[in-house]
Amino acid sequence: MIWNEAKECMSRDEMQNLQSKRLVKQVSYVYHNVEYYRKKMQAAGIEPGDIKGLEDLTKLPFTTKNDLRDTYPTGLFAVPRSQIVRIHASSGTTGKATVVGYTRRDIEIWSECVARVMTMADLTNEDTIQISYGYGLFTGGLGAHYGAEYIGATAVPTSTGNTKKQLAMMCDLGVTAICCTPSYLMYLTEAIEEQGLLPQLKLRRSINGAEPWTEEMRKQLEERLHIHAHDIYGLSEIMGPGVAGDCEFHKGLHVNEDHFLPEIISPETFETVDDGVTGELVFTTLTKEGIPLIRYRTKDLTSITHEKCECGRTTARLSRFKGRSDDMLIIRGVNVFPSQVEAALLEMGETTANYLMIVDRVNNLDTLEIQVEVDEKFFSDEIRELENLTRKIAHNLQQALLIQPKVTLVEPKTLQRSEGKAVRVIDKRKLV
Amino acid sequence: MLVKQISVFVENREGKMREIAGILKENKIDIKTISLADTSDYGMLRMIVSDAEKAYEVLRDAGYPSKVTELLAVRSSNYAGCLYDILDALSNSVDNIEYLYTLPDEGEPYIVFKVADPETAEALMKEKGY
Ligand SMILES: [Zn+2]
Ligand SMILES: [Zn+2]
Repeated sequence: MIWNEAKECMSRDEMQNLQSKRLVKQVSYVYHNVEYYRKKMQAAGIEPGDIKGLEDLTKLPFTTKNDLRDTYPTGLFAVPRSQIVRIHASSGTTGKATVVGYTRRDIEIWSECVARVMTMADLTNEDTIQISYGYGLFTGGLGAHYGAEYIGATAVPTSTGNTKKQLAMMCDLGVTAICCTPSYLMYLTEAIEEQGLLPQLKLRRSINGAEPWTEEMRKQLEERLHIHAHDIYGLSEIMGPGVAGDCEFHKGLHVNEDHFLPEIISPETFETVDDGVTGELVFTTLTKEGIPLIRYRTKDLTSITHEKCECGRTTARLSRFKGRSDDMLIIRGVNVFPSQVEAALLEMGETTANYLMIVDRVNNLDTLEIQVEVDEKFFSDEIRELENLTRKIAHNLQQALLIQPKVTLVEPKTLQRSEGKAVRVIDKRKLV
Repeated sequence: MLVKQISVFVENREGKMREIAGILKENKIDIKTISLADTSDYGMLRMIVSDAEKAYEVLRDAGYPSKVTELLAVRSSNYAGCLYDILDALSNSVDNIEYLYTLPDEGEPYIVFKVADPETAEALMKEKGY
């Protein structure tokens, strides 16, 4: 089923027309209601009249996280507080949080966007959906919750933590779908297997987001839980979860592009790159009232396609996220993403997928140590066997990363498990 | 004779051995003999205990990767050249010895061997009078 066929299956021409019209309106709205943007546009020598459609998009200056910080807390809001019905905030890695505000209409549109993604995951009002994202300032919990209610499903707001209770709810209520981070679902999967709960579960779908994950991880979750695992993408600055999601064909995430206009740019030259080429994802909100953003640089790396999907939807699709431009490690001059380590470990299947990368610099040379948890199932009491395993992991990681890591085996469950987000990288080079 | 060994993966971190010994104490598991093989990153603790299966359960529950394996145990005698004789007898029965250590007992200690097929080795050693 498709939630909003009129919007999700438009022809490319119709979509571009709609986007053009909305862009013109949004730019003028921002100019007249947000002083910061007005000044920024004036500084760039642009007036709203210069933006006549999509073709003029690249004339507009980018917005970055710094703009949000500079205007903390509400300097980019386009409406008076009386029209803001909700606030969310995301924690900044450095210093202040970024605060976003929603009007009643923003919440309505957001709920519909999540509803579209849930419908892509085959969820309907017949489903019972457990929301194991954090409720609070983080957009995950409430965002998914409103989407679940919007499609008329039964929402179970367990939030994060208390795994025992999570599992009890899943079993006792016959939960059919769960929304949470992929690493938390992995954690739950281990608990489910340990306690032999799988036969009691009615789970058939999961919707996972808020951190990058891999195709291998999806395969594992699908096989081990007998479900389909769907990807959901979003960021609080633009809306929250539901900006994009993937359908049953798992061939990229459909962007709700009638509300969020995507661009992919080269993080170095800032030029738009072609379809299929990896670059940084940039969004312009098209219908946002509370905090409209123009050409917001997400720092997320992906590529885009505008080809029609097998599911019938015509909306642009983002490929699986390759990480963040600020997650990327440059080790001995080679670009390394934590997701590559995870993919390589899952592919081998002889350890857990939990790892910790420790980057350091010794005598001016970058070093990379990767700690990997020993899997009970592959544990041998012969050191020779463990050394073979270490060598094999090092070899596979070297193939994947193109640099030679030192692999260290550690006890299972010693690496930090995530009920939220996992710590995967310690870069000691920055401390020097 | 065959004996059950419990082996445990131990990270090279302070207090780890104490922690493991504490778990065994708490569960009233008696350690008959102990051997530690160490590498630069981790150690492999091998023990023969009063109840290997129970030790496995409690250590696994505490998060230590563990394993129970059968070892071949051969009684030694107190004379010069005893070890040579045992190894000589063994060399005809098994291809490779992964490791060995001693297991004290009333009387002369046993020498325990990790071999690929301990049952067959035991039968062959019996034929040779061990
Ligand atoms: Zn699937
Ligand atoms: Zn599709």
